[in-house]
Amino acid sequence: MTLSLSGVGLTHANGQAALTDLTLAVTQGERVAIIGPSGAGKTSLLRLLATALQPSSGELRLFGQQPWALSARQRQQLRRRIGLIHQSPPLPPRQRVVTAVLAGRLGHWSLAKALLNLIYPQERQAASAALARLDLSDKLYEHCDQLSGGQLQRVGIARVLYQGAELILADEPVSAMDPVLAGHTLEILSQEAQQRGSTMIASLHAVDLALAHFPRVIGLRDGRVLFDKPSQAVTPTDLEALYANAQLQVSVPASPVAPPVTLHIPRC
Amino acid sequence: MNPHRTVARDPAALPRLLLTLLALALLWPGLALSELNLAVLWQADNLATMGKFVGAFWPPAHDTDFLDLLLTATLQTLAMATAGMALALLIAVPAALLASRALSLSALPRGGRPAPWAQALRWPVRGLLIVLRSVPEIVWALLFVRAVGLGPTAGVLAIAITYSGMLGKVYAEIFESVDQKPTRALLLSGSGRLAAFCYGTLPNAAGELLSYTVYRWECAIRASVVMGFVGAGGLGQQMDLSMRMFAGNEVASLLLTFLALVLLADALSRLLRGRLQ
Amino acid sequence: MKRLLDLGLLLAVIAGVVAAFAYLQLDLAGLFSADSLRQMGQYAVRFLQPDLSGAYLASIARGALETLAMSALGTLLAALAGLLLALPAAGRFGGAAEALARLLLNALRAVPELVWAALMVLAAGLGPNAGTLALALHTAGVLGRLFAEALENTPAEPAQAIHLAGGSRLTAFLYGTLPGVLPQLLAYSLYRWENNIRMASVLGFVGAGGLGQMLYVSLSLFQEAQAATVILAMLVLVLLVDICSSQLRQRWLKA
Repeated sequence: MTLSLSGVGLTHANGQAALTDLTLAVTQGERVAIIGPSGAGKTSLLRLLATALQPSSGELRLFGQQPWALSARQRQQLRRRIGLIHQSPPLPPRQRVVTAVLAGRLGHWSLAKALLNLIYPQERQAASAALARLDLSDKLYEHCDQLSGGQLQRVGIARVLYQGAELILADEPVSAMDPVLAGHTLEILSQEAQQRGSTMIASLHAVDLALAHFPRVIGLRDGRVLFDKPSQAVTPTDLEALYANAQLQVSVPASPVAPPVTLHIPRC
Repeated sequence: MNPHRTVARDPAALPRLLLTLLALALLWPGLALSELNLAVLWQADNLATMGKFVGAFWPPAHDTDFLDLLLTATLQTLAMATAGMALALLIAVPAALLASRALSLSALPRGGRPAPWAQALRWPVRGLLIVLRSVPEIVWALLFVRAVGLGPTAGVLAIAITYSGMLGKVYAEIFESVDQKPTRALLLSGSGRLAAFCYGTLPNAAGELLSYTVYRWECAIRASVVMGFVGAGGLGQQMDLSMRMFAGNEVASLLLTFLALVLLADALSRLLRGRLQ
Repeated sequence: MKRLLDLGLLLAVIAGVVAAFAYLQLDLAGLFSADSLRQMGQYAVRFLQPDLSGAYLASIARGALETLAMSALGTLLAALAGLLLALPAAGRFGGAAEALARLLLNALRAVPELVWAALMVLAAGLGPNAGTLALALHTAGVLGRLFAEALENTPAEPAQAIHLAGGSRLTAFLYGTLPGVLPQLLAYSLYRWENNIRMASVLGFVGAGGLGQMLYVSLSLFQEAQAATVILAMLVLVLLVDICSSQLRQRWLKA
């Protein structure tokens, strides 16, 4: 069992309930898509699974452990095994792609290696291989702010592949790509997950992609599971109920905009 | 399998290496020239001297005589900064008008770009402003102490000279940065340059000019605090004396006064600039 | 009402200026009288023939290099110390550390360089070492505050992402935060270097080495020709560093 949730609820700091009474179990090697209208709690659920958010109630288990009962050190060891792909990868705009990808394994590296890597990239071969899977090997030494939103999302995916995560969590991983590239990229991600025996959970707003690439689909609405079934079993009625009266989701462009450097110079 | 062969070498590696070598090559003589040695601070006798000195900081000197002296020195510092700024304005405004392209007549038919000969005439003024502001104010103070004697007069002149250079440059830039159309229209309709400046440029530039002037006044206070180290009056002179006499308690009082004065100037300058917005 | 207030403010400023002149009892008329101007002119004329002999130029060059080294190393030390203090001052190690670091930064910044130099001459003896330390102490306060602001304004997500993938706080900072703020830190340090070259050339007045010491000595000995050379050297040094710094800044901030 890779992860299990029982009766998990999440309330944001502003008092708004994001997730209510979630009970779920995902076994090793499963590939699950989460779909649902915007504001359904998909991102909250993924951030909860990535241990970025602490559940307000209920029990969360990852790889059989309760992350919030562990010591900080043990929790970091657990986090090495989890890779979160962000919708807009949070990469420093001036960082080079090679460094951004290699940062995936910082949890495994000694401090000395991490420092050395800043001066001279260490496992360039592996980073290049991860990028090559996503047809980006020619961007190895570019800066992140020179990439398009879709390229940047693929860099984020390459980082998690390089990390070798056993649990891959992906939040709208292909939202900034055109449909053909999005399908291709999900295909590669699925293949990689299968080869490594990794578990994969992805939130998607494109229902067709979810049904085509994931054997299991969870419909999430208002912080609750509306349905949880094999993708073949998902019916148009299910989808209608899921998206009833929901507004179309507007995808966020995933490009880091280098903020203009503002200097406040005290001149005396 | 050799990773260096299959993956392109890091193109930044060589520049980085060279830059590091260059930095080291510069750092080495730098360390030698600056005689940097932090260990000196922890030598027993130095530590004892400093300890005794700093130990005397508490309580700060607060007898009436010294407080009197402190008040006089503080007022002198404030007056030096204010008088220096007033004199600096007298030099800066005409210099800025001469250095700025905003009032160029030759620029009118040339789309805002003055004729080369007109630009050439501006350069001496600009050069003078650069020289005035590039020599630190305390060097001017030292020179004026020799020329006009010890006391605040030297400090006032030093601030006047340096700050006229800074103000002149920035004023000229401000004149050029505001909308040029009103001024140009006035010049084209035959008004005099000064009149065109007063009616065309000044209304738009006034806020920024005043705000910068107040800001510089604050800087002038910080500067005049240390003028006394070369004998140009104010708090610095007392500081120099107290340090020579190794009077830790007096130094402490002086430092507190420094702090209060700088904070006061900061608050006042913020208040004045706030009113301008 | 606002007009009246503005008018009052204007009158207050004018009164302040008049009071300043009155308090100092500046004899402006006497100062700009023909006699006094002639005397000043005579004094100034003695500066018009700088000593450009080879031997003196060589010692000037050494003084200039010393000044340059003091300013550069002082700024470098200050940047390192400033970064170390900026981390707690930006609230990364809790509230108590933040308050303490801010207090320390303000104290370092409040004391002018020249006063630090006088103190360091007491603590570390005469010479450029004292000057370098003085510059480092004051500048650490200035840069520390600016760095703390830069750190507070930089997005936290990149570092958080690395922390969530198992990276330690330190590596998350090095890979997630530092690349974002480094250009700003460099720009601030270069700006301070421009300021410090000016200060480094006057710290010698209190015995802290560099060109200032040479100027002070030659003026005390009434060697105006030598003093003029020193002033010229200062001017060249200041302009050189200004150009150098603005070039580097443009390079790094754009790249």
